Amino acid sequence: MRDRLVGLLLPVGVLVGTLVVWEIVWRVFNVPRFVVPLPSGILVEGWQWRGYLLYHGWVTLYETLGGFALSIVVGTPLAIMLVYSTTLRRALYPLLVVTQAIPKVAIAPVLLLLLGAGEISKVVIAFLVSFFPIVVDTATGLAATPPELLDLSRSYRASAARTFIKVRFPMALPFFFSGLKVAVTLAVIGAVVGEFVGSDKGLGYVIVSATSYWKSNLAFAAMLVLAAMAVGLFALVELCERLVCPWYTVAREDAEPAAE
Amino acid sequence: MIELEGVTKIFRPRHGDPVRALDDVTLAVKEKEFVSLVGPSGCGKSTLLKLVAGLVLATSGTVRVRGREVREPYPDAGFVFQSAVLLPWRTVLDNVLFSIEMLGRPARAHRGQAVALLELAGLAGFEEKYPGELSGGMQQRVAICRALVHDPGLLLMDEPFGALDAMTREEMSLELLRIWDERRKTILFVTHSIPEAILLSDRVVVMTPRPGRLARVLEIDLPRPRRVEMEFDDRFRRYSEEIRSLIAIRSAGAAARRA
Repeated sequence: MRDRLVGLLLPVGVLVGTLVVWEIVWRVFNVPRFVVPLPSGILVEGWQWRGYLLYHGWVTLYETLGGFALSIVVGTPLAIMLVYSTTLRRALYPLLVVTQAIPKVAIAPVLLLLLGAGEISKVVIAFLVSFFPIVVDTATGLAATPPELLDLSRSYRASAARTFIKVRFPMALPFFFSGLKVAVTLAVIGAVVGEFVGSDKGLGYVIVSATSYWKSNLAFAAMLVLAAMAVGLFALVELCERLVCPWYTVAREDAEPAAE
Repeated sequence: MIELEGVTKIFRPRHGDPVRALDDVTLAVKEKEFVSLVGPSGCGKSTLLKLVAGLVLATSGTVRVRGREVREPYPDAGFVFQSAVLLPWRTVLDNVLFSIEMLGRPARAHRGQAVALLELAGLAGFEEKYPGELSGGMQQRVAICRALVHDPGLLLMDEPFGALDAMTREEMSLELLRIWDERRKTILFVTHSIPEAILLSDRVVVMTPRPGRLARVLEIDLPRPRRVEMEFDDRFRRYSEEIRSLIAIRSAGAAARRA
């Protein structure tokens, strides 16, 4: 408990310290505010625009969640198919890697052309950016089932479905969740990249429009909201992981061997 | 109970040359007999277990269990491996009942049997613990209970104590004998440890590697119940020396042939 408190206070302390130094240095050297604003200015202006930021934050949030949900729905079955079928693995895996080699920022304008400037295109970009880690991690987890357990299942003549439900999938859950954690932060990036390229809503739009009017305080405030959103989503996935596979998180935290 | 007749197993990997894991193995194991397989790595001990379990099929020769030829896995066998491979999200009791569930039988009906087995294995009071809370030796006891809960006639053990420290290992050997005394099964026991094999078995099968062959089958004529002190018995020492020399000579011969 005490360890966790220290673990929380240390990074917060470093952050606050950095902001204070930033504020002091900017005031002493009188750096132009429109280039890089003061922390205090960002907070004040962020508060003034809170309704506006909340609205656009909400748009980005549901675009992100839409893409994330889509990548779970598509990525998980895809991972299962890749592990169970050698043919599919040979056919699809190289293609998957190719799709990942194309920079998503480069696809964004094309997708907007195809799907319009609305939320759908952002959801699709968020999906494209975030599904790959889910596929790779889940497939790795499923393939990592101890061979002894598979032998055991076979010796009981258990069906493939029963082995999957009772052994392979639960064994792969920690991998699945580490894929989700990467994916959720990538989904935020995907949604914002989509908004950069063309939209009239969302925090990406706020950042682009605010900077073009030299309102750097507002742009920084939007970034702050974005960061908070990404951290919050990450924490939420981690919480789910704790709830769904407590045996794994417990084992990871106290790596002390049990007494005889 | 188990009859192997001229069993040969050749593995053909996708890349590389075929491997002759077992060569013309003939062996008969009686009902409720404790038989150990000893030999260096690569002598096909584990393959032999899998053949008996029906997890691997022989290239030639026949494997019969209770007179029936083995062509696929059958539920009358229990398996224990070197690592306990328990499911970390299940309690000790549910890990034992795993066998029952995988066999598609009602777990509830076997609860009493599982609790009784855990008690027999010295794990009373640990039913609701998780594997992560147990030591290696305790985990392996749970694995043994899991292999016994559906009351199979045959117990196949693949170096079950190989990952444990020397003290725990000795303790587990005696524990296994105690459990075996209560629940008589036919046991095929693979090990690297010569003293362990002598201490536990009615017969010790000495194997030599590449290709895996039976070098000799020794009757262990020591009274039961066995005790650790028997290691200082003259007969124990003679068995030990005989097995050791068999393995040494054959391995040297194999090395010379390869050179």
